[in-house]
Amino acid sequence: MTEQKPILQVRNVSVDFKIPAGGMFGGNKILHAVKDVSFDLHQGETLGIVGESGCGKSTLSRAVIKLIQATSGESLWMGKDILKMSPKELVNLRKDIQMVFQDPLASLNPRMTAGQIIAEPLLIHYPEVNKTERMARVVEMMEKVGLSANMINKYPHEFSGGQCQRIGIARALITKPKLIVCDEAVSALDVSVQAQVINLLMDLQKEFGISLLFIAHDIAVVRHIAQRIMVLYFGEVVEIGESEQVVMQPRHDYTKKLIASVPVPDPKEEMRRRELRRRLRREAAAAA
Amino acid sequence: MPGITGKDQVLTTYANKLATLDPVKGRSLTQDATRRLVRNKAAVASIIVVVVIILAAFIGPYFLPWGFSEVDWSNIRKPPNPEAGHYLGTDQNGRDMLARVLQGTQMSLIVAFVATVVSVTIGVIYGAIAGYFGGRVDAIMMRIVDVMYALPYILFVIILMVMFGRNPVLLFVGIGAIEWLTMARIVRGQTLSIKEKEFVEAARASGASSWTIIFKHIVPNLTGPVVIYATLTIPEIIIAESFLSYLGLGVQEPQTSLGTLISAGAPVAEVLPWMLLGPAAVLVTLLLALTYIGDGLRDALDPKDR
Amino acid sequence: MALLEVKNLKVDFQTNDGVVNAVRDLSYTLEKGKTLAIVGESGSGKTQGAFALLGLLPKNGKASGSVMFDGKQILNLPLSQLRAYRAARIGIIFQDPMTSLNPYLRISRQMTEVLELHKGMTRSAALAESVRFLDAVRIPDAKNRVHMYPHEFSGGMRQRVMIAMALLCGPELLIADEPTTALDVTVQAGIIDLLVDLQEDFGTAIILITHDLGIVAGTCEDTLVMFDGRVMEYRKTEELFASPAHPYTQGLLAAVPRLDKPVERLSTVSYEFMSQRGEA
Repeated sequence: MTEQKPILQVRNVSVDFKIPAGGMFGGNKILHAVKDVSFDLHQGETLGIVGESGCGKSTLSRAVIKLIQATSGESLWMGKDILKMSPKELVNLRKDIQMVFQDPLASLNPRMTAGQIIAEPLLIHYPEVNKTERMARVVEMMEKVGLSANMINKYPHEFSGGQCQRIGIARALITKPKLIVCDEAVSALDVSVQAQVINLLMDLQKEFGISLLFIAHDIAVVRHIAQRIMVLYFGEVVEIGESEQVVMQPRHDYTKKLIASVPVPDPKEEMRRRELRRRLRREAAAAA
Repeated sequence: MPGITGKDQVLTTYANKLATLDPVKGRSLTQDATRRLVRNKAAVASIIVVVVIILAAFIGPYFLPWGFSEVDWSNIRKPPNPEAGHYLGTDQNGRDMLARVLQGTQMSLIVAFVATVVSVTIGVIYGAIAGYFGGRVDAIMMRIVDVMYALPYILFVIILMVMFGRNPVLLFVGIGAIEWLTMARIVRGQTLSIKEKEFVEAARASGASSWTIIFKHIVPNLTGPVVIYATLTIPEIIIAESFLSYLGLGVQEPQTSLGTLISAGAPVAEVLPWMLLGPAAVLVTLLLALTYIGDGLRDALDPKDR
Repeated sequence: MALLEVKNLKVDFQTNDGVVNAVRDLSYTLEKGKTLAIVGESGSGKTQGAFALLGLLPKNGKASGSVMFDGKQILNLPLSQLRAYRAARIGIIFQDPMTSLNPYLRISRQMTEVLELHKGMTRSAALAESVRFLDAVRIPDAKNRVHMYPHEFSGGMRQRVMIAMALLCGPELLIADEPTTALDVTVQAGIIDLLVDLQEDFGTAIILITHDLGIVAGTCEDTLVMFDGRVMEYRKTEELFASPAHPYTQGLLAAVPRLDKPVERLSTVSYEFMSQRGEA
């Protein structure tokens, strides 16, 4: 992996939003959602992006694949800048980069069957494929993600949250992409279901050699799935490095606070962490 | 990408599997809604009433002894008299009231249907496009709607009539062309909220074009509000047509409509009450039933509302 | 005598598709000044079980069984009698603080109103008391902030205001329904630490309803694990985490990725115990 060229190189990406300042002639305020972010992603690697709500992690992930417009910077996909791609090139890119979303049910069109939903990317990118082959591929994907193929004609509301997320994953996989962006893909799931979906993602990644950009607020989940972690705070990268190193020896104060805040299901450990948090709070108060 | 179109071995296995598959049938949202609608007694009764009225209006005239424009010289201004074949009496010109009511209902229903189809088609496409593209496109498209809203529609219909002459088709188009404005506003509002849903973003992330997203992902999900609003539009259109006919701008003699019949019956209600009661009863029943169907559809399509 | 004694609580919902049993059989006791955690995943009935105590179920819900609060039966009391318990003796905090704060009223008005109503205080005394409570929940500059509107606070601050309001009348019991689920982890840690500190200061008994076994560990003396409307395990928290007895609890604990003990692969919850129970 170290010898290979990264498949995605993000360089100094910034995203600004204009917010109406109020009033008819109030003009616009500028919100710097993402500030000067750079990172590399290698083939088969998982990079975790951690941060709290509003830190810009979702914005960043959409900006680097041009689902929203970045203000500046470049995002090189196998050496070619995505941010400068023509609409036609972009459509082509979409089959190599897919997404999995947070809300399992809301990310599926309620009026389409599971089979139609999973088949849609194929229909867009390979319209020449005939129906039998398309549906055969859908069946293949459904089995890969652990869904029984005879549910192909069911509608999203007839599935549980975990099953819906499996449909979302099957849809993302069907064009055999090289990168999947997972935006809080397991945060809305119950812990027991979350474990299944995490395992599934890791298995599929191994099988297909896909890279993952895994965005989450839960650093414990990210550490489990990602080889490297990037910590975002108010749109800026405060820390990036090997997962173990970021979790065990955090360098930035925010990362330290974040890690001390994660609840651990162990009473003794939790007592120790509460003391640690008290100390951090006192230090912060003393510094201020 | 190799293998995606090539007929490889693995794929054949899955194709065979697919062929032998016995998939469980899913319940779509529409089927769900239908089930809930069927459980609503008032709505089912209203549907039956409307169906009966429709059948009577279109098939009934063939079974009547008198045509709607036929004059019975021996029975002028007569109350209901089954022996002469005038079940609802006759008007001042000796024409059979029942035949005229059925013909009028037919006309009102056709106007309502055509105008609703026109307004739904224009309104949904216009509103969905404005809502999906947003920004400047939306601003311009919706300002046009605002301007047309400001136009008094009576004036609009009169101008149409003057320009193209009196023609029932024009009436349908005129009313439909006004009614779509509200539909467009409703659809635009719904589109604004639907386009923020994750499944629309998922389609964009998959590389779907704007048109695919609008017609495959947004429009089908507008079904609920559109169907509800359309059922509420039908009575509105019937009333609008009645009003125009009352003013003498609508359907022309010997053709008639419920509105025309009522306007003819109203002045003579004291001496010839059957001339008013027949058409009025049909109109009220029809409007009431349509309102109940609209309510029932709303409950069925949006169960969270209850 | 225990402060709260719940016995064989059942909650049913009448829906279009028939009766749904949200809570099938729930029993527990809570002593004065102690804390109990009720843990479960979505649909386990943990929230409905707590809402039933205060008559907060939706119209189509029906509760049966027994709930003794301070020696008196409070389950299914008429609303007029329940009001004496709500806020005054049993406080409640919801997941989303915005649903329980009136966006059109200043915090000061919303807090003083409660005190005037339940304690008969004068406006100025009530205001002073409100500020004291906002101080207690560590809202900086409480004296001035008390006059702000709910939307002027951040999510974490709003939840602190809610806690202050719930504690205003000195209730003997505080029910916290997923108080930190909508918040970021760093804010969550602050709120949980605050609850623990307040509990030491005020001696209020707390029922903490959550899906997160992690926040339970350092907070509550007893833990009750619910699944499918039934109690799976109900024990001292330390014992439960040291040696979970029920397969469901074991499964839950093993399914969460942990910062302190990394694993190669997460294990998933097995529901075999369901079929075993079916046969028994």
